[in-house]
Amino acid sequence: MAEAAIPAPARRPVLAGRVKAALVLFGLFAALPPVAAAAGDPFLVLIATRILAYAIAAMALDLILGFGAMVSFGHAAYLGFGAYAVAILASFGITDIFVQIACAAGVSALFALVTGAISLRTRGVYFIMITLAFGQMAFFFFISLSAYGGDDGVGLRSRSTLFGTDLLENDVTLFYVTLAVLAALFLACHRIVGSRFGRVLTGIRENPVRMEAIGFTPFRYQLTAFVISGMMTSVAGVMLANQAEFVSPAFMSWHRSGELIVMVVLGGIGTLAGAIGGAVAALVLEEALGMMTEHWPFWFGLFLVLMVLFSPRGITGFVEKLGRRRP
Amino acid sequence: MKLEIAHLSKSFGALKVTDDVSLAVAPGEIHAIIGPNGAGKTTLIAQLSGQLAPDAGRVILDGQDITGRSMAERVHMGLARSFQITQVLPGFTVLENVALAVQARRGSSFRFFARVAEEAALNRAALDALAEAGLDDRAHVVARALSHGEHRRLELAIALATGPRVLLLDEPLAGVGGEEADAFVARLKALKGRLTMVLIEHDMEAVFALADRVSVLVYGQVIATGAPDAVRSDPQVRAAYLGEEEESAA
Ligand SMILES: Nc1ncnc2c1ncn2[C@@H]1O[C@H](COP(=O)(O)OP(=O)(O)O)[C@@H](O)[C@H]1O
Ligand SMILES: [Mg+2]
Repeated sequence: MAEAAIPAPARRPVLAGRVKAALVLFGLFAALPPVAAAAGDPFLVLIATRILAYAIAAMALDLILGFGAMVSFGHAAYLGFGAYAVAILASFGITDIFVQIACAAGVSALFALVTGAISLRTRGVYFIMITLAFGQMAFFFFISLSAYGGDDGVGLRSRSTLFGTDLLENDVTLFYVTLAVLAALFLACHRIVGSRFGRVLTGIRENPVRMEAIGFTPFRYQLTAFVISGMMTSVAGVMLANQAEFVSPAFMSWHRSGELIVMVVLGGIGTLAGAIGGAVAALVLEEALGMMTEHWPFWFGLFLVLMVLFSPRGITGFVEKLGRRRP
Repeated sequence: MKLEIAHLSKSFGALKVTDDVSLAVAPGEIHAIIGPNGAGKTTLIAQLSGQLAPDAGRVILDGQDITGRSMAERVHMGLARSFQITQVLPGFTVLENVALAVQARRGSSFRFFARVAEEAALNRAALDALAEAGLDDRAHVVARALSHGEHRRLELAIALATGPRVLLLDEPLAGVGGEEADAFVARLKALKGRLTMVLIEHDMEAVFALADRVSVLVYGQVIATGAPDAVRSDPQVRAAYLGEEEESAA
């Protein structure tokens, strides 16, 4: 077969463009600490670390929401598993961040496997409701955990250790480590989406009947993606606990799950880089509007409505439209 | 590969859609099933492919009872189907649609890192299937941008890419006419002998050009099976189905 005779695929530039967008975002982030230091506002770095952690979670959610059409409304549970892995292990003297991440991911994998297997028996709004219910179960479990402050949560005596050092006590180091984690997980997600597995997952989103008719069992692939996403989200929880030096069930309330969905939608569903941008936009807007008015949720809501109406594919759709307008 | 259907029955409520259907399709045969709209042809294909479970009866592939097998399992055993209403992945390119069907039978799909778009073996096999369906020149077009006739060809290419030994075709020519239909019939003819085919088709010209045997399905029952000419002249069939349309054509 003369492959040269086949016209070049049209979709590659779009994909490459999204990787570029992510690289630009990472570059901007990397430049932030020196800028914040020069501006004399070191607190900015801590806020940005929080944004990075949410970006990890939003991107992990996009992997199943955008590429697998699984709208999980209980994803904050995994943030909680990550955060509590830090607090609970630290109370036993285990502060190594890799051990904490491994535990968080392990627990999350198990939880995702069980709840995902049950949730995936349902479709559409029922899937949303059942993931919400499981998320709330996790939320109330940690509320009842009185040894770790119950409702009030518990402060961390110190941040996680990195290779036995207390390097993460430095806010700037924590920021760069979180950025590195985001970049690594972005690469992982990007490769997954372009892999055999990713193609099957996307195919199931497009048309499950067709996928079964060529010999795939959708459930297996959807469940695997659900587990991967839960594990990645828990890493965001580990970073978030270190940023806040505090954990509480508030990390895993259904409001948080909703915010993660908003970030993905705002950034553009099924784009990965968009979810990162969506997390940045949502949290920056929240801060900025919050400073201007106490009615900020109203203005934020209005912004969301306009965005969804005029750019259904979120910020990504908006940026791509601008990009096309230039010759 | 041989496909046998034994006493298959299926009802939707009070409506008997498949009524004690028994058929044997010989290896390499093209067996056409004709019948008026609503006769239960698509429902029969759905039961053969595993999309629907029959109420009673058995489906036997090469001597093996596959009645309880899932759709995916049947595909891996070599039983593929095409859909009357095109089922493609609209946001995927034509090549990706077909390569995915190749991927389903070649190696594990639990691979998370290597780029599937660069798997030359998948793309090559997909292009071969596309060539057989007459769509290789449209390989990199997104499926939703195809014309109706091209969609029908993609439907065939996907089914071929699963590497079937028995192919169930549900009105492959639906909505296709003129020269495009002639070319389609020629392509199916080229597959003849290599595959066992169950062909549901309304286009009588196509049926008589392709089929070794024809079964007539009316109200879920097979009222006649035989060589095309014998079926055409069967008085019961003429009364029930072919009617004046054929007479006036003759
Ligand atoms: N899922 C279903 N539920 C109820 N009735 C159905 C269903 N599918 C098909 N039918 C009915 O069964 C009959 C046969 O349909 P079908 O197999 O599509 O016929 P054909 O393909 O021969 O035109 C029709 O009367 C149709 O309305
Ligand atoms: Mg039909």
